Amino acid sequence: MKQLLILSGKGGTGKTTIAGAFIFLSKAKACADCDVDAPNLHLISHPSRPPERADYFGMPKARIDSDKCIGCGDCLSHCRFDAIEAGTSFRVKPFACEGCGVCAAVCPAGAISMEPAVAGELSLYREDSRVFSTAKLVMGSGTSGKLVTEVKKRMASAAENAELAVIDGSPGIGCPVIASISGVDMVLIVAEPSLSGISDMERIVKTAETFRTKTVVCVNKADVNPAKTEEIRTFCGENRIPFAGVIPFDPEAVKAVNSGKSIAEADCPSGQAVRSVYGKVMNLLSGGETI
Amino acid sequence: MADKPLTVAVLSGKGGTGKTLVSVNLAAAAGDAVYLDCDVEEPNGHLFFKPEAAEEETVAVKIPQIDAALCTACRKCVEFCAFHALAFTGNHPMLFDEVCHSCGGCALLCPAKAIWETDKDVGTVSSGVSGGVNVFTGKLNIGEASGIAVIKRLLSKIPKSGNRPVFIDCPPGSACAVMESIQDADFCVLVAEPTIFGAHNLAMVYELVSLFHKPFGAVLNKCQTGENPSEAFCAEHRIPILGRIPFDAELGALNSDGRIAARESERYHALFGSLLEQIGKEARHETASDFKR
Repeated sequence: MKQLLILSGKGGTGKTTIAGAFIFLSKAKACADCDVDAPNLHLISHPSRPPERADYFGMPKARIDSDKCIGCGDCLSHCRFDAIEAGTSFRVKPFACEGCGVCAAVCPAGAISMEPAVAGELSLYREDSRVFSTAKLVMGSGTSGKLVTEVKKRMASAAENAELAVIDGSPGIGCPVIASISGVDMVLIVAEPSLSGISDMERIVKTAETFRTKTVVCVNKADVNPAKTEEIRTFCGENRIPFAGVIPFDPEAVKAVNSGKSIAEADCPSGQAVRSVYGKVMNLLSGGETI
Repeated sequence: MADKPLTVAVLSGKGGTGKTLVSVNLAAAAGDAVYLDCDVEEPNGHLFFKPEAAEEETVAVKIPQIDAALCTACRKCVEFCAFHALAFTGNHPMLFDEVCHSCGGCALLCPAKAIWETDKDVGTVSSGVSGGVNVFTGKLNIGEASGIAVIKRLLSKIPKSGNRPVFIDCPPGSACAVMESIQDADFCVLVAEPTIFGAHNLAMVYELVSLFHKPFGAVLNKCQTGENPSEAFCAEHRIPILGRIPFDAELGALNSDGRIAARESERYHALFGSLLEQIGKEARHETASDFKR
């Protein structure tokens, strides 16, 4: 299975919109939304059947048995995450606890136990021969990287014979992004022609380089700032990153998304442009050296 | 309350809705203010403020260092590490520092005292001045998994007293980094865009600020004619709408070039000025009703 991951560094450049179009055009048998902090791809994939759901257990959380607690404060002084609250009795702040287990190890009274905690919900949709894997992190949980790995695992095992997987990533360069890059064949970076967009693109390009993953760049909303679009094209040339083309800003794209459609389904300028970008990216993914 | 500055967190769930646009322009419209960029994975506020006299400090976390000569191969550290950052290879443990959470457990529990902790740099916090605004930027080093240490250092820069308002530019999403960023806020501004994606992610941060009992209001960005699913969500959940920012080529051009609209355009100075006033009113109202409770 060839895996294509769509990333951007900066949020809101159009990852999900472009992922939706790629899924439509490729009829990919496997797809996944790895933006577990703020998943959206399911909104335009309109599955007809409910998903197979599963709880995702992240790190355990500490719990203090107030009957056994002797109030010595060892847990508080050893916790690096400010997760213990002192009051009339000691208490664990569940959102701050990272589940390391130091408090339970140092407690002289054996009053602290590590309890399993649900940190997210995995959803797997099956539609004919197609599979769509996604998940939603429980509000404020901190183990999104592991959840991303789980989303990809479920996709791969449910669609073993799929030739292509299209994966929508999350913004940023941290833990969930690193987890989503691992094991993919190529990363498509959707850049935005703004000072912020370029700065963020450079950071995500470097992140992908760290993991020696092949990258390709396209620019969305290119005509909003043509000079910045040229800057991105030049950056790619200088850094030998293939440039897959530009997609114009298109009010029709917002309408398509809001009616639950991919832009490739609508007859609009952004839809036509994304077809050309798609052709170039697929050629590269299947081993083509140049665009 | 007058001696504690008003702290406003700007968040959105979805990326690219205009958190940085709103927080930078609010700080600029306030004139005399503090701005913190907590989106440490992709910080952008400094590109707009271009702060002068910038000073940078590094942020480090603790990671274990293992003395193989002292190690008795008891494996206590490997068994203890909940993050699987230690693995036994040959006859002593090996560290995978990118998954280490710096809990200190291995060093604490090693019976042979073969483990101690050293610093590892994970990012930087820089501070500078732009107009009357103190600009603090956190930046996570590339390849690092967690920006929490950088965010914590940034938040420690919030003045404890005075009356200059503080604006916190949050990371996208609703995970731990966002929670960390809003913890000290008196008021949250939720920025939403007019798409079903925007409305869906607005619902998530709405849940987050409700969970934390933070007073909040929404700013609708990129407003166009036609339907606005985010506005419908606000109406349904009685979320106060603090202001609307139109989808506008002038703003788009200024913003994509890294220029601050509130400083360069009278129209936008007025728009963000009145947004600021609206936030002040809502925040005071909320604090007053807090006292009643």
